Amino acid sequence: MATQGPIGEDDLQAYIDERLAPARRAMVEGFLHDNPDLKAEIDKQRDDRDALRSQLAAKFVEPIPARLRIDNLRAAQAARRAARMRSLAASIAMIGIGLAGGWVIRGEVAPQRQIEAASFVASAVDAHKTYVVEVAHPVEVAANDEAHLVKWLSNRSGRVLQPPPNLTPFGYSLVGGRVLPGGNTAAAQLMYEDAAGARLTVYLRAGGDEETAFTFTEWEGVSTFVWIDGGFQFAIAAELDRDRLLPIATRVYERLA
Amino acid sequence: MSKRLEAEIPALRRYAFGLTREHAAADDLVQDCLERALSRWYLRRPDGDLRAWLFTIMRNLNISAGRQTQRRGPHLALDEHLTPRADATQDHAIDVRDLLATLGSLPEEHCSLLLLVGVEDLTYEQAAAALGIPVGTVMSRLSRARRRLRDLLEHRAPVSLRRIK
Repeated sequence: MATQGPIGEDDLQAYIDERLAPARRAMVEGFLHDNPDLKAEIDKQRDDRDALRSQLAAKFVEPIPARLRIDNLRAAQAARRAARMRSLAASIAMIGIGLAGGWVIRGEVAPQRQIEAASFVASAVDAHKTYVVEVAHPVEVAANDEAHLVKWLSNRSGRVLQPPPNLTPFGYSLVGGRVLPGGNTAAAQLMYEDAAGARLTVYLRAGGDEETAFTFTEWEGVSTFVWIDGGFQFAIAAELDRDRLLPIATRVYERLA
Repeated sequence: MSKRLEAEIPALRRYAFGLTREHAAADDLVQDCLERALSRWYLRRPDGDLRAWLFTIMRNLNISAGRQTQRRGPHLALDEHLTPRADATQDHAIDVRDLLATLGSLPEEHCSLLLLVGVEDLTYEQAAAALGIPVGTVMSRLSRARRRLRDLLEHRAPVSLRRIK
């Protein structure tokens, strides 16, 4: 909105919003004075803006309901997280004891390990749920920049990571990836999307010396396979049933190892 | 953090009501938005604009909620359109509904822009950040949105999306 130059669309909008500097505003007023039809239209649009403001004004001063109080929201969130962690830690501990037989860590499964595994799954699922619904910024680094992401993560972890696997045989193409905090290290999330917009994520972070088999968890509608391989912990998460996710997880396992 | 977030709630509720035009649905949206903001607080740029960030979250939630409704079918529509609203007896209530309903018939991006700039007083730069578009696009889109709203209110056929200056 320069002080000079011809009057443009942006001047008219800024005039309606009362955001013009006085000198420019005078120019716009002069211009509108010479164009009465346009002035009539702009004045009406200005009235619409004012009407909208005044009609929504009451909403702004309404008392805030208790359910929107931040302290209440945080307490509810903490309670949910604790309940989730408890049930997940319990189920993984049970698997570790051998009831389900899926958790085949070499050597003894220490309680510390179980908690780490539970928190890894929780992080992967949280990250999945957070970003699959994201419309504007689902990823930080787009698919065409994947080499950069892989290199960055490899540097951070001191281990060489393979490029994101191609999942087009399953109908999923790579959207991109992002870096996330992952406990005391950094984690990465790769996101894939199918033609219908359904998304799956691969979550990985450096850690774990042993190798494990796949462990399947289903949690709030999100299916997850986790495994440890080659110095990385992996999780693949999607709103798919176990049988459909397994071949995809197998492909990721083969390509990323 | 609580204080900073709480200070933004009135504006978030007003924007949500402008988007949904239903009191309960608006507060659901605000709640989802605040929960998302709390769980992603660590992802926020510390020097970033809290307000624009919150509006962005809310707008994205509203868009994806709209998509889900489309997929499931608008099962609420009958009741909500046929039942008179509680505030229908208040002064100007009809006008409120007319203007807001007309606003709601605009494309989401126009509706959001009119609310964020015209009501919430976001700067053009903040609105551009919240909508993920360049400032130049904000200006041309705002101009189109205002013209369309006016056309609809006067029951004129909406102008075509592109108009040569």
